[in-house]
Amino acid sequence: MHLKKMSAARRKTRRARRADLAQVVEIDARITGLRKPAYWAGILRRYRLFLVLTERTKVQGYIVGDVRDWEFGSPPCGWVFGIGVRPEARLRGAGAEMLQAMCAEFRSRGVYKVRTLLARDNALVLAFFRSQGMMAAPFIALEMDT
Amino acid sequence: MKLQQSTLLALYSVLEFAREPRRQFSTAQIAESYGASPHHLAKVLGRLRRAGLVTAARGSGGGYRFAGNAKRVTLLDVIALFERIGAPAKMKKLPLEGAIAQVLAEIDETAKATFGSITLDTMLKIVTGRRAAGRRPGSAPPAR
Repeated sequence: MHLKKMSAARRKTRRARRADLAQVVEIDARITGLRKPAYWAGILRRYRLFLVLTERTKVQGYIVGDVRDWEFGSPPCGWVFGIGVRPEARLRGAGAEMLQAMCAEFRSRGVYKVRTLLARDNALVLAFFRSQGMMAAPFIALEMDT
Repeated sequence: MKLQQSTLLALYSVLEFAREPRRQFSTAQIAESYGASPHHLAKVLGRLRRAGLVTAARGSGGGYRFAGNAKRVTLLDVIALFERIGAPAKMKKLPLEGAIAQVLAEIDETAKATFGSITLDTMLKIVTGRRAAGRRPGSAPPAR
């Protein structure tokens, strides 16, 4: 319990920097099995809402989001495009902390609804978002072969 | 989406137990709360016990108690003990039958993903949130 508190006190969620990219790529690769350095460099360039959770100098997780206006016919809302936490850093509230930080960013932009889209077989991340209070949105994702 | 009565009773029971994991519940208490027959409920609880989700103690002061991990057990884990969602459809001969079966399978897959993503702990948080919303001045009464 004491260790948990200490760890929580030393960690913070902040904007991602170029120097964080190698660790973000590593975390993503451990989760997905794919290294995508060019993709993450592009994310850093394009999105202001790219946050990382650090403990001392170590990046333990990342979250990427954006505010989108009137897409899918929806009034402005926040979208979370991706979230990842080092496997050994899980179950200590890191994901919840990053999501809360992202929601605070959305609120500071006058946005009070957050959405995400997930593969329905991604049980782990689905359960995480559910545990944070997310419910099904009034949308249905569709696809077809082009 | 409809679940069988046994499945619903199992969900209600396991959530009641998980909400107060140290408390022993008698079959009669749960049966009365949900308007179920004690005999039917006993069968449901027996299945939950065999699955390791509840433990049973005999004698006076005995009853059922939650034995799982509320942060790990999902609604689908409980439902799957009683019925199958998304059972493989039999081969359809006619194109219309196949097309309808495909749409039904799509609905089943979504239902499975939904039930599989909600743990008992998350479900209890939803219940708490609805109660809190019901107490706020000017808010709608909680749905039953």
